[in-house]
Amino acid sequence: MALDLAAIRAQFPILRKTIGGRPLIYLDNAATTQKPLRVLERLERFYREQNANINRSMHALAEEATLSYEEARNRVARFIGASHSHEVIFTRNTTESINMVARSWGTTLKRGDSIVLSMMEHHSNIVPWLQLKESHGISLRWVPVNREGTMDMDELKGVLSSGRVKLVSVTGLSNVLGCLTPLQEIARMAHRSGARLLVDGAQLVAHERVNVQNPDIDFLAFSGHKLYGPSGVGVLYAKETLLERMPPFLGGGDMIQTVTTEKFTCADLPRKFEAGTPATADAVGLGEAIAWLEDTGAEAAHEHTRSLVRYAHKQLRSREGITILGPKNPKKRVCCVSFTVEGVHPHDLTDVLGQEGICLRAGHHCTQPLHKALDLTASTRLSVGVYNTKEEIDVCMAAMERAIHLLKK
Amino acid sequence: MDLYAENILDHYRHPREQGKLLRPSVRHREENVSCGDELTLDLKISQGKIIRLAWHGKGCAISQAAMSMLSEELPGLSLQKAKSLKPDVMFDLLKVPIGPRRLKCALLALHALTNAIRKYKGQAAQSWAVTIDAH
Repeated sequence: MALDLAAIRAQFPILRKTIGGRPLIYLDNAATTQKPLRVLERLERFYREQNANINRSMHALAEEATLSYEEARNRVARFIGASHSHEVIFTRNTTESINMVARSWGTTLKRGDSIVLSMMEHHSNIVPWLQLKESHGISLRWVPVNREGTMDMDELKGVLSSGRVKLVSVTGLSNVLGCLTPLQEIARMAHRSGARLLVDGAQLVAHERVNVQNPDIDFLAFSGHKLYGPSGVGVLYAKETLLERMPPFLGGGDMIQTVTTEKFTCADLPRKFEAGTPATADAVGLGEAIAWLEDTGAEAAHEHTRSLVRYAHKQLRSREGITILGPKNPKKRVCCVSFTVEGVHPHDLTDVLGQEGICLRAGHHCTQPLHKALDLTASTRLSVGVYNTKEEIDVCMAAMERAIHLLKK
Repeated sequence: MDLYAENILDHYRHPREQGKLLRPSVRHREENVSCGDELTLDLKISQGKIIRLAWHGKGCAISQAAMSMLSEELPGLSLQKAKSLKPDVMFDLLKVPIGPRRLKCALLALHALTNAIRKYKGQAAQSWAVTIDAH
């Protein structure tokens, strides 16, 4: 199924915006994505026609709101291949999802147990574990990645053989290097050594079909706003058996069965992990975004973004003075391409491009350890979404050439 | 290209007072961790005045140009005057509007100067919050 790009773009009102008289060229999709009309309208319709607090209230409006919320949960569950929809917990974002695992499941670990991370992880998949190290004395082991983003699997094997590893926590798709991790192999290795697997799916779910049964994923974390959905909602998927044994994360209303002055009992899944009034409308919006993506053709969308980012890679590769980070082979590239330009600082480059309406991102992209390992402080990142076009990449490249010419020392 | 006006690019390409002093009265390095801009400032101080300076660094055009511009204002300046320089001085030198995103780039030079003088006097470094807040 080929995509009708014009029809898709027409569904994103923000693409008609101009900046400094020029059309917006939004190439910062790894940071956040734009929303189609269908999602915007669903959000509005929820507030216009269905808004009520879920669960508790006995009236028809609350029932409608609850049904909408639970329908969204079902959509997410189907989207990722979960066995039960109560294995899908709505959170605020990927960061909160990972924090939930660290603060809940993580507290069942013992001093000296290890958690394995890769050197290309996002801070949201590093800091919660550093915090757990401080609070519970668990140790962190790091698997190096080479300049192409390939994980050192021998090192991983060696670390796992210690028998003390309880969790391998890795990204499914690097937000800097634009490379996929070999999740099948990692899952096999982890489970064989008695460790669980957490996948940071923030970028992955928008660019590849994910099925948590295959590879066998124990925890999957992702954000709504990177998947053409609203900000304010994220997902933690976890196996039922894990969630049942985990202590609750936040305490309060909805996650309880009974409360006395002495103690409380937990609600069943998934409520146990959804304390307080959720971002109901945003969750409904996420469900709509997923439905939109499936109706548009998820596989076709992924094929399109893949071919675009590979095109961008080839364009950058052909220019002098530009060093591309991550896989040298464009065929291995997904989602984004980060690069450095000799003699030009990423902030200056993105500032000049920004003035022409072209949105790229500069900095360390929340991966300070990775940038340090690459001996960089900052890089520039171009990341694609389903509504981007080859023409936009061409305009970006031409603008970049002019900007580099202006800024080069 | 507003932010990259001629004067900024000129100072970025031909930075003034670059280098190192052989025997500085104080040497201080300041870094913007979030983006990697850094400056090392050498000051020669005599009788309460900055008589000579040199600096080197790397980073974005705004941060380096700002240091170059500031360095032209410093020789002969008393420590008292130098310490009381406010962010407005930097904005006047740069001559372009600086948004919140580039604030730290524009003020790194001033921050480095403030803390170099504080170091010379044996005082603790001033935080970014204080440097920025002064504007």
